[in-house]
Amino acid sequence: MINGVTLGAVYALIAIGYTMVYGIIGMINFAHGEIYMIGAFIAVISFAVLGVVGITWVPLALLIVLIVSMLLTGLYGWTVERIAYRPLRGSFRLAPLISAIGMSIFLQNYVQIAQGARIKPLQPMVRGGIELMKGETFTVTLSYLQIIIIVVTVLLMAGFSWLIAATPLGRAQRACEQDRIMAALLGVNTDRTISLTFVLGAMLAAVAGLMTTLYYGVVDFYIGFLAGLKAFTAAVLGGIGSLPGAMLGGMLIGLIEAFWAAYFSSEYKDVAAFSILVIVLIFRPTGLLGRPEVEKV
Amino acid sequence: MTFAQRLRDAGLAALVAAVLALPLLGFETIDTGGPLGIRARFHWIAYAAVSVFIGRLALLAFFDWWRLRQGRPEPLQSNAPARKDILTRIGSQADKYLMPALIAFAIALPMMPFADRTVVDLATVVLIYVMLGWGLNIVVGLAGLLDLGYVAFYAVGAYTYALLSLNFGFGFWEALPLAGLFAATFGIILGFPVLRLRGDYLAIVTLGFGEIIRVVLLNWTDVTRGSNGITGIQRPSFFGFPFTSSPEDGQTAFHELFGLEYSSIHRIIFLYYVILVLALITNLFTMRIRKLPIGRAWEALREDEIACKALGINPTNTKLTAFAIGAMFGGFAGSFFATRQGFISPESFSFIESAVILAIVVLGGMGSQAGIVLAAAFLTLLPELAREFSLFRMLAFGAAMVLIMIWRPQGLLAHREPTLRLSTQPSSSGGGKP
Repeated sequence: MINGVTLGAVYALIAIGYTMVYGIIGMINFAHGEIYMIGAFIAVISFAVLGVVGITWVPLALLIVLIVSMLLTGLYGWTVERIAYRPLRGSFRLAPLISAIGMSIFLQNYVQIAQGARIKPLQPMVRGGIELMKGETFTVTLSYLQIIIIVVTVLLMAGFSWLIAATPLGRAQRACEQDRIMAALLGVNTDRTISLTFVLGAMLAAVAGLMTTLYYGVVDFYIGFLAGLKAFTAAVLGGIGSLPGAMLGGMLIGLIEAFWAAYFSSEYKDVAAFSILVIVLIFRPTGLLGRPEVEKV
Repeated sequence: MTFAQRLRDAGLAALVAAVLALPLLGFETIDTGGPLGIRARFHWIAYAAVSVFIGRLALLAFFDWWRLRQGRPEPLQSNAPARKDILTRIGSQADKYLMPALIAFAIALPMMPFADRTVVDLATVVLIYVMLGWGLNIVVGLAGLLDLGYVAFYAVGAYTYALLSLNFGFGFWEALPLAGLFAATFGIILGFPVLRLRGDYLAIVTLGFGEIIRVVLLNWTDVTRGSNGITGIQRPSFFGFPFTSSPEDGQTAFHELFGLEYSSIHRIIFLYYVILVLALITNLFTMRIRKLPIGRAWEALREDEIACKALGINPTNTKLTAFAIGAMFGGFAGSFFATRQGFISPESFSFIESAVILAIVVLGGMGSQAGIVLAAAFLTLLPELAREFSLFRMLAFGAAMVLIMIWRPQGLLAHREPTLRLSTQPSSSGGGKP
């Protein structure tokens, strides 16, 4: 259960990036999983650099790494959008998708070449936990790390909902989502809004990358694909384009996986997540919290 | 743009590149057993920044030169016949002239003097992708359904043949229709619940389906032997005459039948022709079905689903047929793949394979049969040719996909012309609007 919530928090963070981009320009950003992977790598490297510099007090190191990886990954998100997607705005639907797949292959191999294909280990930094329950044969522990992950995720999501609901940027984003041309006519800089959307999505993905790095203690260049796939599934499950949907979907996928792995077999946990998705889509074709879309001629 | 502006622009790009390069290129992680060591290599950042700086300058200069060459900006009213660039012009003629030329070349290829074992082998791989591209084109190009898990049907076809041949002693020719049928059945099973959904949901469900198939193949070890794969799949025979140097009793080998010296290249050339014929059948099928009501319904559905509903076309059933037929050709290609390799494992059916096939369809220009051939040749030969730079070849592959898309978002030989015109329309309108 707790593992599921932790995993779900990570998926939800990545899913927000997918759902925002989809909401605003209607494309599936396939490179988002790779952005998450880059965020994780930057986190590992920052920890190593801090170790050399000599900052070892854990909360400070965590904070620095969090900020550094968010900023740099945000810049990566911006660059990807600028190079691969902006020239294709206004062309037909599949063009940015192919460009995104190409970008994803590119980024994956870029990291592989730059950092090697070996798995990068990270020493566990946050140890210990609280024992919640003590049974005869088992104990339920909630580690401090899991607490950190869940708290940070909840804080980020709250902040993010506020950002969308109450700031000028959020208003501009929602305007672009509804009608890009109209928003542009009314003086919203749509290009910048879209770029900022990518940056925000990448920042959240960076946080997710940092979290998984801390949680699992290993990173390799291939983690982006499966995590991206799961997060995208989560976004669709919750209703793509809807932020609360992405959060809910992420949590659900995380829980399903954890429970399936615990009670049935860990081999088929990916199958379970996708099967749930298909079943949900059959009965609610727009996802759990999606708005039904009325098509007009 | 003045020179100073250009310099500033390029400097900015270089700065961004330097910051981007800082963590991933600037530091190298070293395994030290315990905590991760780190080594700085700042000269890499310098390389990245300088190359981006020069690249950006060159790009800006190129844009200016291009604008000069194009002359004045386009006139405001655009009813003047639009100047078509050369590739578009080729595209509109491609299916008429380019295709016969390509087919003639393909038939003659094994007889060419330069055609040794490697060339024919490579051509076979290209043709497998051409066939997959044509199969997927029915789904994506004609019916407009985004399928990200096409490789699943390829896998179903391959495993169907492998298991039939291994467990029940089926030959290639007996198993081929069964493999196609089986893949089509899978297409219907998958398509039935999800084809009522909107396009993007279909994309994710097919993507998920592709992963499910792979995971099942990997974990269902009793039947599929898991990650070890299936070895010793029966090789195809020339209508009952095997390609062996010393056939078993009572059998005539291929070289004995024609009185030739035994050579292992016979089988390779034979396989090449088999896939060529299979691919041409796919092509012929597509060309013919576009003229049938069902094919017209697919294209109409791609353009406007609501209008189709109003005209009494059942969208779900129509999409389902496209999905099933596309899957069937995927299954054919899969069983050919199995017989050619003699060995299959879930490794061969990963998502990247689906992405490559989709890229072939989109890069070729959706709906253009000749464009798909060119794109398939390009995307399969590029990694082969760059084999010496094995480290960088996938990097270049990804970059090439992005660059081609930016350069020609509509695909290499894009042309989407209605297959049917109102007869009152003057036919000399010169391509007109898509």
